[in-house]
Amino acid sequence: MECMTENGGYAAGCRENRRDRATMQSVIPDAIEVDDIAKQFGEVRALDGVSFGVARGTVLGLLGPNGAGKTTAVRILTTTMRPDRGRASVLGLDVDHDAQRVRESIGLAGQYAAVDESLTGSENLWMMGRLTHLSQSASRSRSKELLVRFGLDDAGDRQVKTYSGGMRRRLDLAAALVHRPSVLFLDEPTTGLDPRSRRGLWDVIGELVADGTTLLLTTQYLEEADRLADRIVVIDQGQVIAEGTSAQLKARIGTTIIEAVFADPASAEGARTLLAPLGELTDADDGRALSLQVNTGPRSIMDAVGALERAAIEPLTLAVREPTLDDVFLRLTGQRVE
Amino acid sequence: MVPARARVRRLTLGWTVRDSLTVTKRNLLTLTRNPELVVFATIQPVLFVLMFRYVFGGAIQVPGEDYVNFLMPGIWAQAVVFGAVSTAVGLAEDLQSGLIERFRSLPMAPSAVLVGRTNADLVRDVFVIALMCVVGFLVGFRNQTDALAFLAALLLMLAFGYSMAWVFAVFGLRAPNAETAQAAAFPVMAVLVFASSAFVPTETMPGWLQVFADHQPVTAVVDAVRALVLGGPTASYVVTAVAWIVGIVVVFGTLAVVRYRRVT
Repeated sequence: MECMTENGGYAAGCRENRRDRATMQSVIPDAIEVDDIAKQFGEVRALDGVSFGVARGTVLGLLGPNGAGKTTAVRILTTTMRPDRGRASVLGLDVDHDAQRVRESIGLAGQYAAVDESLTGSENLWMMGRLTHLSQSASRSRSKELLVRFGLDDAGDRQVKTYSGGMRRRLDLAAALVHRPSVLFLDEPTTGLDPRSRRGLWDVIGELVADGTTLLLTTQYLEEADRLADRIVVIDQGQVIAEGTSAQLKARIGTTIIEAVFADPASAEGARTLLAPLGELTDADDGRALSLQVNTGPRSIMDAVGALERAAIEPLTLAVREPTLDDVFLRLTGQRVE
Repeated sequence: MVPARARVRRLTLGWTVRDSLTVTKRNLLTLTRNPELVVFATIQPVLFVLMFRYVFGGAIQVPGEDYVNFLMPGIWAQAVVFGAVSTAVGLAEDLQSGLIERFRSLPMAPSAVLVGRTNADLVRDVFVIALMCVVGFLVGFRNQTDALAFLAALLLMLAFGYSMAWVFAVFGLRAPNAETAQAAAFPVMAVLVFASSAFVPTETMPGWLQVFADHQPVTAVVDAVRALVLGGPTASYVVTAVAWIVGIVVVFGTLAVVRYRRVT
């Protein structure tokens, strides 16, 4: 937990370690390779020449707004849809020609929490065990094990229709893990969940990743990609528009953001006048706050603080923050996510 | 290099059978958890029995036979055809909920989802037909042949119900949701059941309708079942009915499996 910062992101050092792990493993062929895939539905180009790779044991966040093509990419990689062109492979197996063997090694949890509402949690997991060709006894014991692990052991004998949204998602995730897949696809795993359930699910996903599972995660939540993914591929309108670690994407903007709140609107106004030449001012919610985008590096922060010091304007709070992925996305696509 | 390969098994007939049994069990569990599905499947035929026996029955003349004896084979056919609509609804629901998407990403046999569904519907039909026999005896139906022929008649009817489940499976896989599946299946079901010999002799229908009614599967099966329970020559009727049933399973089974592989 010492890796977590206040806002739920990883501290810089931890992020570096995670990236090292990704770099180290890059000598081994990628767990997922996607080469120029395209898919068209009528007039709509859902995917228009998308390529990326996911190294073994790492997490790729596929980030984009609704309709960007994320789910189509997941469907192609999980063998439920064939691309119009291009090739994709999972663990070196072609998703088209070797679909059956790909299915042995992957797990899929979708945004619709695809479990049978009339069955109990334990029956759902039993069924998944049988359909992934575990024996009767293995299906039962694995079901029990997963219910405990996902905090559903008390609810295991209840019909899923009595579950809360968060419980359903956890069961859905458990269902994807029954046969211990080495590559996991999570299609918007937390969409529609309340913040608390979302954080709970993030913890569970974090543990899976620590076990060495390769994960492809689609999301429209930047915080989610920031927190869980080693690398992020941003797609928009069926094309990859940016790729890199969270830090790299943020560095592309090349700015740092200074946020300050003052005791009264007059001081804030004075500060605005002083700071305007130093960077790009954005007006905050009320008259007492300001937000200033400056070039990355200590110099610009020192300049700003110096200017306030000389004018004897002391803010109530003063914070320096890195740009969020939201800022990045806004810059890349001209639109906000969510 | 690829640890998963050690676990890879080819999809053999054995796996297909086992996967189908798993899905069958799942669907039967769903049925027991939602008893209203079975109740709805039985209320309608019971109402039809009462209506045709006591309301319309007096006005319908059937040469050389008590109407109630003529009626019951038609009621059984109506029950299994109406029941088969739930195959369409069930599959449409599984598609809508995303369950089929998940099934398609599993190393299971693709046909197992459909076979498991139609199997479960067959089990439900056994229950419904048994109940309709009891209701039939209560309102005065009497088998005119021997027990063996009666049993053969019921088996033929169940086989027909199974074949109709495959017809409606195709509807379910083509519908965007359960409501549409039901709405699309209804006219087909109604035409098949009512424009047939199920409730009235086809001779009373206008010529053009009679041509259709005499050459469609419900009439073929009902005529064969009637021959089995009322007596008279049976062989050619049963051969025609079995031919229809086998043909429907082959054609619609193939269509359903092809469709299943394509649905998203």
